[in-house]
Amino acid sequence: MILSLLSDVPPLTPLGGDPTLEDFGKDPWWIVLIKVLAVFVFLVVMTLFTIWYERRVVARMQVRPGPNRHGPFGLLQSLADGLKLAFKEDIMPLKADKIVFFIAPVISTVCAFTAFAIIPFGPMVSMFGVKTPMQLTDIPVAVLLVLACSGMGIYGIVLGGWASGSTYPLLGGLRSSAQLISYEVAMGLSFVAVFMTAGTMSTSGIVAAQAHGGEAFGWLPTPGWFALLLLPSFVIYSISAVGETNRAPFDLPEAESELVGGFHTEYSSLKFALFFLAEYINMVTVSALCTTLFLGGWRAPAPITTVWAGANSGWWPLLWFTIKVLLLLFVFVWLRGTLPRLRYDQFMRFGWKVLIPVNLVWILALAGLKVAQKSSYSTTDKLMFVGVPLAVIILLALFWPAKAEEEPKTVQEQVAERPEGSFPLPPMDLQVPVSPRAKRLTAERETVPASTEKEV
Amino acid sequence: MGTFMGGVKSFGVTFSHMFKKTVTTEYPEKPDATAPRYHGRHILNRWPDGLEKCIGCELCAWACPADAIFVEGGDNTDDQRFSPGERYASNYQINYARCIFCGLCIEACPTRSLTMSNEYELARDSRQDLIFTKEQLLAPLLPGMEQPPHAMRLGATEKDYYLGAMSNPGTSAGAETR
Repeated sequence: MILSLLSDVPPLTPLGGDPTLEDFGKDPWWIVLIKVLAVFVFLVVMTLFTIWYERRVVARMQVRPGPNRHGPFGLLQSLADGLKLAFKEDIMPLKADKIVFFIAPVISTVCAFTAFAIIPFGPMVSMFGVKTPMQLTDIPVAVLLVLACSGMGIYGIVLGGWASGSTYPLLGGLRSSAQLISYEVAMGLSFVAVFMTAGTMSTSGIVAAQAHGGEAFGWLPTPGWFALLLLPSFVIYSISAVGETNRAPFDLPEAESELVGGFHTEYSSLKFALFFLAEYINMVTVSALCTTLFLGGWRAPAPITTVWAGANSGWWPLLWFTIKVLLLLFVFVWLRGTLPRLRYDQFMRFGWKVLIPVNLVWILALAGLKVAQKSSYSTTDKLMFVGVPLAVIILLALFWPAKAEEEPKTVQEQVAERPEGSFPLPPMDLQVPVSPRAKRLTAERETVPASTEKEV
Repeated sequence: MGTFMGGVKSFGVTFSHMFKKTVTTEYPEKPDATAPRYHGRHILNRWPDGLEKCIGCELCAWACPADAIFVEGGDNTDDQRFSPGERYASNYQINYARCIFCGLCIEACPTRSLTMSNEYELARDSRQDLIFTKEQLLAPLLPGMEQPPHAMRLGATEKDYYLGAMSNPGTSAGAETR
């Protein structure tokens, strides 16, 4: 019945084309079910794969082979670990709030899965004769849904830490949530430039906006990918994504070498596995979102499309998308293999005092540029709008009064400044006598006279 | 700027390390070859006719700083001959729970009866199993050898054995690499 009704409606977008918002919400229920299942399976498989991938890559960077015992190349290692986790004893701490303790990992996992619903995997495809976009759903504010989901995921962490009824998980949970919230601000701000350039918040629309390069000022050709066009946003997003996923070098809440384990200290068995799953899904999600927002989404990059025109049609985009996500995941692992962990205050200062202000200035500059580009001002006016503030900033930077450098104090001055009752200072020309033990060590042998011919 | 370039350089270090040969050895499948003179478990060598080289002198047991070797000598008779000469080891045991593989016993052995092989897989389930008896320590019979007791085949007296040892070393030739 529904099918026959739908078949009367001609599809708005041809196969292989970019889906628009009108293409969503028209799928029959079984297509939706297939898509939901596909996204679920994709995420679980990606999680298992990413754990293996991470361990292998980090091992190679440390000149060891990594897990290679289970299955070909050790691919089944994470599956074996997952099964082991599931069969372990599920410990409920005596002081735990039983209901919240149970719900917390579920919140984390559900939020992690939900965020992936709006990630576009490809263009319009024909699925069992039904034309449908290769994406579970899309809404006008799709990217905000991801932010909302990661924001809700923090509840899982805070509640998990609180419900454990123990000190360390509580502190770890607070640390985690402080980190996630502060880096989410920077992350959200880095989206603003993308929204301004693409003119939409729907993920399929953003992918479509990156399909072709544009022109700035009517003559300057610009690349299609927002990673190049909006480089500052891309860099800030990449940094805050690492902070958002609690990954090295920002893995302070669960720093293995310093803390017990952060918010999940008291968790075991499947509940712990759920937190673990959520963490890795978040990693996949931020990589997928980065692909979608900055790296052209499911579209193949230029060298492939120039050689092969059909690269962006049919089911092929799924491959390009997965490759891009895997490359980004590699960067995550690379970071972990290279950088040491930050100190907490350095980390927070970096987030609030560097990433957010830089982002705000960048958005302001971009907005000014967009206004100047679109409005009907003459070229001289435009140059005035850009040039005068730029000149003012440069002049300010040049003539900003620098802090007067103090002359280094002499030793006598430093000595005179010492407060009353300080430790006595030894005289500057003190001769330390050689220790008698050192003397014994350096005792020389009796000199042996050089042999003469007579002795021989 | 210097610090920044240093940070970038460190990424290059980790990346280039991915293409280096791994240092891990696949131990149970492909064990690494030991050094040629590695101190592994002991071997009690034989003469080319199968007679034992050990004369039960106990010098190895006396040399042992860990008191890991137990030797009990016995008299050879004409119808029960295990080694050339008067005496042989009627009982010989090395306790690998005590042995420190220092090799002093090897240096002490006057007949080069006791040598060390390169075998190092000596883990056992019980302490009892770690005491190796004479049957376990004796070198296997090679072709041309005969299970003792039997008469001296290489000469009339033990002197013929000992003086001919340089040109006819028996199983102790290359025993280190076994």
